[in-house]
Amino acid sequence: MARIDLEHIRHSYGARPQSDADWALKEVHHTFKDGSAYALLGPSGCGKTTLLNIISGLLHPTEGRLLFDGNDVSTLSTQERNIAQVFQFPVIYDTMTVYDNLAFPLRNRGVAERDVDRRVREILEMIDLSDWAKRRARGLTADQKQKISLGRGLVRSDVNAILFDEPLTVIDPHMKWVLRSQLKLLHGRFGHTMIYVTHDQTEALSFADDVVVMYEGEVVQIGTPDELFERPKHTFVGYFIGSPGMNVLPVSVEGAQARFGGTAITLPGKPRTPMGGAIELGIRPEFVRLGREGMPVQITKVEDIGRHKIVRARLQDHEIAAIVREDEDVPAEPHVAFVPEKINIYAGSWRVAFEGESERTAA
Amino acid sequence: MTKTWNNRAWFMVLPVLLLVAFSAVIPLMTVVNYSVQDTFGNNVFFWAGTEWYQDVLSSDRFWNAMGRNLAFSAIILAIEIPLGIFIALNMPRKGWGVPICLVLMALPLLIPWNVVGTIWQVFGRIDIGLLGRTLAAMGIDYNYVNDPFDAWVTVIVMDVWHWTSLVVLLSYAGLVSIPDAYYQAARIDGASRWAIFRYIQLPKMNRVLLIAVLLRFMDSFMIYTEPFVVTGGGPGNTTTFLSIDLVKLAIGEFNLGEAAAMSIIYFLIILLLSWVFYTVMTNAGSEK
Ligand SMILES: Nc1ncnc2c1ncn2[C@@H]1O[C@H](COP(=O)(O)OP(=O)(O)OP(=O)(O)O)[C@@H](O)[C@H]1O
Ligand SMILES: [Mg+2]
Repeated sequence: MARIDLEHIRHSYGARPQSDADWALKEVHHTFKDGSAYALLGPSGCGKTTLLNIISGLLHPTEGRLLFDGNDVSTLSTQERNIAQVFQFPVIYDTMTVYDNLAFPLRNRGVAERDVDRRVREILEMIDLSDWAKRRARGLTADQKQKISLGRGLVRSDVNAILFDEPLTVIDPHMKWVLRSQLKLLHGRFGHTMIYVTHDQTEALSFADDVVVMYEGEVVQIGTPDELFERPKHTFVGYFIGSPGMNVLPVSVEGAQARFGGTAITLPGKPRTPMGGAIELGIRPEFVRLGREGMPVQITKVEDIGRHKIVRARLQDHEIAAIVREDEDVPAEPHVAFVPEKINIYAGSWRVAFEGESERTAA
Repeated sequence: MTKTWNNRAWFMVLPVLLLVAFSAVIPLMTVVNYSVQDTFGNNVFFWAGTEWYQDVLSSDRFWNAMGRNLAFSAIILAIEIPLGIFIALNMPRKGWGVPICLVLMALPLLIPWNVVGTIWQVFGRIDIGLLGRTLAAMGIDYNYVNDPFDAWVTVIVMDVWHWTSLVVLLSYAGLVSIPDAYYQAARIDGASRWAIFRYIQLPKMNRVLLIAVLLRFMDSFMIYTEPFVVTGGGPGNTTTFLSIDLVKLAIGEFNLGEAAAMSIIYFLIILLLSWVFYTVMTNAGSEK
């Protein structure tokens, strides 16, 4: 249980990084608070596994320092850092029994056999493999192997942090739900610092206190699920979180107004700084109002997704999506309008704060 | 989907069958043929039944040679397998050292048996050999021509030098096939060097080690050329292995019937022991 500070961590797998593209991690400077549960979200290849391996000491970063509770651990070995990690691809020791697999991390650390037994039984119960304890791990199915892999990560209670790298990918949906609840329970009970990598945003949003979104070797935003939803700091976060993703339209901004084509759109405020790069407006489909007022659109498709409908339409030359209630009618001559407070403005893909906005969300 | 059955497909394996027949089965049958007959020359043969077999099996000469063979194979396996694994474990997994190590390891394997024998025969000679003279200069009384122990040491060292590489290369192939994730998991789990070997590397090398043991066993059990070249089976009969004895019997004494019977017994023993190794090693790794 520890606070983890990453200080200007950069990592390149190659020997001599030249261009930006050579860095698997461009720069990560961030604190994981003691006892918090984080979800690490991002597309394939953005550096999630790399970041976990750096925290656990399997990799040593090219640049930067790592602190646990304020102590520099950059040069410590994996063993000395005392971190549990569950790998993306399940690793099991297939000549051992299921029981011995789970006992392995404890026995290696000289835990008394009585405590080993107690812990292992607890974990076996949790991953629902009690009946398999005496079986050799070799012949097990993929999801059983993944459960063992997960179990080995959870069996030690004294670790500084537990890192999960997509631990539930091959587990069936129901068991996934069960295990995730168990993890949350465990987190509540022991208060480990947990970092949980996933591709699945529902999984991320349901598991974590804070969600960390990575993109091309950088952390683009850290925040509560609400913050990520309402104020994506980067257009990527807008696309990535939410379904469908945020609508992004090229605009120009004058004062507290944006211009899209010939239309003026009211903004929640005046963007704080003059901006470089392409200016874009972001609005979530949830906050696009379909009605008789606003900008005219042509509807291209309506998808029914239960309580809501996703309406896809063309707004001038751009695709736009809106979410409307199921019972809501789509007007004959549809127009769209945006809820002003929910609009975000981006310059060069990064969000620009509005004047008067609180520091917390602008940071 | 329905499968079409066509027995003419068997003709497809005919070429292989013929090949095996001519290269293995027919020569073997001639040996079997000799082993049950006797002759006084002039190509006149008569039925001898199991006599030759009884002769072979009741002769001390055969059992002594057999004992030497077993001892030799046991020593060879006991040295080459652990040594090969040990060297493989310490070879680099990546970088410029890999090709160098591989070439160095492959080198002894490329030298023909009799050349290896000749090299060591000269190397060990006490009058002109580098090894022999060095040992003599160090005050060690080494003489593979007169001393049975020295002769054995020479033959064993020679075989280890020649064949450990094979075990190394096979083990190495097994080692490099282990995904990195296993080593990472082991580090997270705090596994010791020994635990990594015992629970990750050894299980993954199981298959190739089986092949290595079988190859080294069969090959060492059939050892012929090297002792023949270096010691000629001596001093006395102390390095006369079954194969050397067989040749003495067949060519030196022209005792074809007994030699044939001995060949068959020899062959069956190798087959039997290989089968034992195979079953033991495959069962050791699998479910109880
Ligand atoms: N061992 C390695 N050697 C060289 N490059 C690597 C290595 N491991 C990862 N990379 C590169 O570093 C970048 C980040 O990889 P990483 O595995 O951290 O991504 P990830 O976010 O975990 O992806 P995924 O979701 O597919 O697991 C990728 O571009 C990848 O190609
Ligand atoms: Mg990954």
